[in-house]
Amino acid sequence: MQEHFIPSPIHDRSAAVSIRFNLNGRDVDIPIDPTERLLDTLRYRLKLPGSKEGCGEGECGACTVIIDDLPANACLIPTFQVRGCKVRTIESIPASSLQPMLEAGATQCGACTPGVVVTANWIKEHSDVLASNTMRALMAGNLCRCTGYDGIIDGLEKWIGKPPGGRS
Amino acid sequence: MNVFMPNTLAEACDLCAKQPDLIPLAGATDLLVHWPLRQSEHDKSYLDLSKLRELRKITWAADSLTLGALTTYWDVLQDSRAKSEFPLLCESARQVGAIQIQSRGTWAGNIANGSPAADGVPVLMAYDASVTLTSKSGARSVPLHEYYTGYRKSVRRTDELISTITMPLRKYDFSVFHKVGARRAQAITKIGLAVTREASAAAPWRVVANSVAATVKRCPAIEQLLQSASPIRKPDDFSSAIAADVTPIDDIRSTADYRRTVLARLLYHSLNGVCPSVT
Repeated sequence: MQEHFIPSPIHDRSAAVSIRFNLNGRDVDIPIDPTERLLDTLRYRLKLPGSKEGCGEGECGACTVIIDDLPANACLIPTFQVRGCKVRTIESIPASSLQPMLEAGATQCGACTPGVVVTANWIKEHSDVLASNTMRALMAGNLCRCTGYDGIIDGLEKWIGKPPGGRS
Repeated sequence: MNVFMPNTLAEACDLCAKQPDLIPLAGATDLLVHWPLRQSEHDKSYLDLSKLRELRKITWAADSLTLGALTTYWDVLQDSRAKSEFPLLCESARQVGAIQIQSRGTWAGNIANGSPAADGVPVLMAYDASVTLTSKSGARSVPLHEYYTGYRKSVRRTDELISTITMPLRKYDFSVFHKVGARRAQAITKIGLAVTREASAAAPWRVVANSVAATVKRCPAIEQLLQSASPIRKPDDFSSAIAADVTPIDDIRSTADYRRTVLARLLYHSLNGVCPSVT
């Protein structure tokens, strides 16, 4: 794995806590610092840099991961809280899934794309949620500052299909 | 940083009885905002409640709804009865951040955190919710509108934890929730309002406002004005009741003047044609 340009924010300064969780289908058992955010554990300790840090305050969704089958912001989760949980990151989603998004022009600079794809893939796997939620409402936690949301919703419709009633 | 990770409520109560400086943690969605910059908070001690499975349940009784303290916004949105019996819970839940926050944030955490801009608290208060505070020595119930004593201050003792939130099942013939923010999703409230009217009750109105005082606040002067039948013909007719109930300030999100003006308009336009004296 290539060395990251950004220095790791992880400091093992207080007594480490040992935790076990399931990451992308395999069990991991690691010591962590109690102040560590899941986003930093993933990027710097487990070398999975696909989840991005955008805002660091739970608004942009670039760090979206799936925890126990629900989307969550990895920047707002203390790593010790995922003990015993199932965590899925963008790395668990095949790159080929991106094709409909690329064709619809739903990606540009790429900063939001991992989060967008994680949430979109979750919607795809739980399409029953579209009976009571619009795609736009479900995607409201993933901000994009260059492509525009129409491209993202078009990509989603290509990938998932139009929701019942045709309301995205 | 010290973190304690109990598996039962009894263990958690033991820990906070021994150590009064423990900060309870549920969804952590507010604590972790800009976390790397907030070094002073890294040196505190936390009590992680997230694995207390006994607190993650929604219970419908014949005359009440009880939310365990770990019930999230998303949990309520998935409950088949919540939308019909307590529609404002669902309306406010949908406006808390987006799904990534709704899946982690808890109603009890929203109460305990004590932000005046809390979005979950106004609707709970408008439904006359009460909070159960549990400690090693027992449990007590506190009406939510009596829970706060000042800005981020409450009646909760350091050895107590919120274990449940209970709302009486009643027949409401009107209810409304408004959140005014900079945009529709992912916004923090500039002015919030929740109103309920209980069908055929002696004192039917509950009016609760947020982001306009040091705490989320029930508004007795506005409630009395609505009950008094004195005519209200324009938003400004709410002004003196608003002045009696709330004390908005200028801050990064809005101004006191804007908050008072918009609160009056929200009340007037929501209640016009609903409350007979508002025309």
